[in-house]
Amino acid sequence: MSTPGPNPAVADGGTPAPLQAGPGHSPWDDAVLAAVLMTIDPVGTGGVALRALPGPVRDQWLSIMRDLQPEGTPMRRIPLHVADGRLLGGLDLAATLNAGRPVAEKGLLVEADGGVIELSMAERIAPGTAARLNMAFDSGEVILERDGLTMRTPSRFAVVALDEGVGEDEGLSNALLDRLAFHLELNYVRYDQAIACDYTVEDVLAARPRLPGVMITDAQVETLCNIALALGIPSLRASIFASRVACAHAALEERTEVTDEDLAVAGRLVLAPRATRLPPMEPPPDAEPPPPEPEEPKQDEEQSNQEPQEPQELQDKILEATKAAIPAGLLAQLQMGKLRRSRARATGKAGAVRNAPSRGRPAGVLRGEPRAGQRLNVIETLRAAAPWQRIRREERARAGKPSSRLEIRQDDFRITRFKHKSESTTIFVVDASGSSALHRLAEAKGAVELLLADCYVRRDQVALVAFRGQGAEVLLPPTRSLVRAKRSLAGLPGGGGTPLASGIDLGMMLADGVQRRGGTPVLIVMTDGRANVARDGTGGRTRANEEALAAARMVRSLEIPALVIDTSPRPQPQGRELAKEMGAVYLPLPHADANALNQAVRATAG
Amino acid sequence: MPIPFPFSAIVAQEEMKRSLLMAAIDPSIGGVLVFGDRGTGKSTAIRGLAALLPKMRAVDCTYNCDPEAGDDYLCQECRARKAKNGSLKSRQVPVPVVDLPLGATEDRVIGALDLERALTKGEKAFEPGLLARAHRGFLYIDEVNLLEDHLVDSLLDVAASGQNLVEREGLSVRHPARFVLVGSGNPEEGELRPQLQDRFGLSVEVKTPTDLTTRMKVVRLRDEFERDPEAFVEKWKTKDAKVSRQIQKAKKLLPEVEVPDRTLEETAKLCIKLGTDGLRGELTVIRSARALAALQGDKTVTVDHVKTIAVSALRHRLRRDPLDESGSTSRVERAIKELFGE
Repeated sequence: MSTPGPNPAVADGGTPAPLQAGPGHSPWDDAVLAAVLMTIDPVGTGGVALRALPGPVRDQWLSIMRDLQPEGTPMRRIPLHVADGRLLGGLDLAATLNAGRPVAEKGLLVEADGGVIELSMAERIAPGTAARLNMAFDSGEVILERDGLTMRTPSRFAVVALDEGVGEDEGLSNALLDRLAFHLELNYVRYDQAIACDYTVEDVLAARPRLPGVMITDAQVETLCNIALALGIPSLRASIFASRVACAHAALEERTEVTDEDLAVAGRLVLAPRATRLPPMEPPPDAEPPPPEPEEPKQDEEQSNQEPQEPQELQDKILEATKAAIPAGLLAQLQMGKLRRSRARATGKAGAVRNAPSRGRPAGVLRGEPRAGQRLNVIETLRAAAPWQRIRREERARAGKPSSRLEIRQDDFRITRFKHKSESTTIFVVDASGSSALHRLAEAKGAVELLLADCYVRRDQVALVAFRGQGAEVLLPPTRSLVRAKRSLAGLPGGGGTPLASGIDLGMMLADGVQRRGGTPVLIVMTDGRANVARDGTGGRTRANEEALAAARMVRSLEIPALVIDTSPRPQPQGRELAKEMGAVYLPLPHADANALNQAVRATAG
Repeated sequence: MPIPFPFSAIVAQEEMKRSLLMAAIDPSIGGVLVFGDRGTGKSTAIRGLAALLPKMRAVDCTYNCDPEAGDDYLCQECRARKAKNGSLKSRQVPVPVVDLPLGATEDRVIGALDLERALTKGEKAFEPGLLARAHRGFLYIDEVNLLEDHLVDSLLDVAASGQNLVEREGLSVRHPARFVLVGSGNPEEGELRPQLQDRFGLSVEVKTPTDLTTRMKVVRLRDEFERDPEAFVEKWKTKDAKVSRQIQKAKKLLPEVEVPDRTLEETAKLCIKLGTDGLRGELTVIRSARALAALQGDKTVTVDHVKTIAVSALRHRLRRDPLDESGSTSRVERAIKELFGE
């Protein structure tokens, strides 16, 4: 659509009525709009975080997004555990050997220049991979220093991060999320709502040349910044994205100046999903009474009062539109005063690649062929081949195939052996139940923090499981960040029953995951040992106790090193018995000062 | 290569900008670690600084050797040439600012057999790595806390000795490698190894600005830059040139700046009060206070200079106390207040 014509958005089922906050915008229409805007300005918007389980709705969105890309746009899909060589580029071994000189292989990031990268299962992406992606994002190029190659190659692309995370703890890393303008959630879109898209490639192609000419005023930028502040969005990238998106939308609508409608779209698509709190309520301004929002917190009032009054009216309108787009679930969370916890690294069994056999300190060379996960040591291979060159050339010449190339045979292949110090992960399973909490929770926290400090020095990971009430939860998936560990400890509430078996189960699952990845888990259970809630959440001391002991025996059978810290005021037989069944070291807290604890943990970890 | 955002156009983040300038004025301060929130212009500042560093004199060799350096800090080639001719010819070159990207392999960092020559000519030659390229300049590591352990090990060794010793693939090479280490990262992604943290002279914590005017300005400037980088750089050229001259002047003034005994004494008191390990903290405070004095055109280092830079020089050297919620920044600030008053 290159000639002025009917507004394509109007033809759509969910008509984006300007500034009419609320139910007019279906999440699906917004998701489609995001795909269009991302395609108009891929570099300026960074891309889309698409939270959705695989299925027809997600497929529909992806096919719309792909159809919108102008012809020739590179599309690349990056799998979860992409190797550095493939991601960034490296030495193309076959071509190198063939040509007799180093031949570089392009990485995926470079291949995607000017296009779109789809990131599969992005919630589980290895931190290193995410960091490499972010670096290319920030610098607009891939800086390669690998395998004797040095290259800087421009690489600008948009990312569609497919987030299949379930629950609050699983999701994209904050660093990646921050770099993507649009955060979409499609899990609640029904299949019959996922209708076709009215925008076409022509709309995109028509909007792109208009984009550089779109003007946004200072007052409009101020409005967006103000809303970001009011919604408690700390990152400045959000405000920058919002202004880019407003411009892209204006370009789409064939305007050269940003209007209120464009700002409302930016607020809805960029700012709303990032909100960490509701905007403070203003004393009702005489202009337009905003729709009532009765349960709003009022604590930040003074902050917004010092703002200049002039663009206030506009800002209120946009803010209302934005607020209406904040998902209901988030509102509920905010009202409960629960802060959105920082999205964690992937938990579970296939999460990390840290311990892959291809990492770590090189420790010698083996003869053999490169197989999955093992890298050919080119230098050693060449060296192995070197002495034979003359002989082989003469052989070839005799066979009538003279050649001056290097003659490499299968026998020459060498692979590097890596020594990787198995990383230990200390998993704290903390009893936060009433019986324990009242007496000892504070002390237990203190002890955990002291241990954390030590884990930190040793560069180990820590994880934290708490159990209380009906069950157990992972408060902190394995991490090295002391900052995060302390934060989740500070938020550890106490009270309720003692589902000891569930706690041990969950700790054991984490430990098992660590073991499977080649790490060494250490399980530290801090409890008074008095279980009174069974696995299914029902009360009953006897069964709860039996289950706890059974769980403890499982720990022993999996050979997970463990330590039981008895947090009861006086050492109880239950704690000792638990430790015995678990094959764990037993340590009553009254006798344990920080040093003793440390030594015990060290001894347990081996 | 993409055009870097002009250093002088970076809004707020005064501590970060000042620390980078001081490291440029006196490389012996030991580099800068910039840790903090996402999207605060960490990498932007470092790339911007590279664009305005004054040129330096260097010998025309692989390592940009300093013609004035003693034999220990010359490469083999230059040492031989100096012994023969008595002096070394030199020219003006830009100060190298070298990126150490994540995913770099060890052969590219410390140097290795020159693959091309080995493959095409069958020769055994050394191909210098990033450490060689960074000699006398800056080595920048973004997301330094995600750097692989074995690379950190090589880095620590070289940063401590100022020499890179390569013994691999039948090669035996030693070359000078003195550089200012600049690292940036986000603590949420993981902690930094203490040994590496200690290598940095200054550490800066950056936070996203929370006041509206600053935030607007950032968004505005960023938008303008993205629209037309060339025009934007042109617009800020004069201001960047001014910063560049400031660095140059300060470098010249630095040897003349004096540190009175009283300043030394107060610095020692501060370090004792904070219980910093070793003398490195004290030395860094004095050196950076001197660089700050030079930057401001003062010839004498006063307690005020010390007060200004003490937090950056000391906050990462305090022993960690996981139970102290207040954090190291406020611990240093508290100590300054108690010692020097306000």
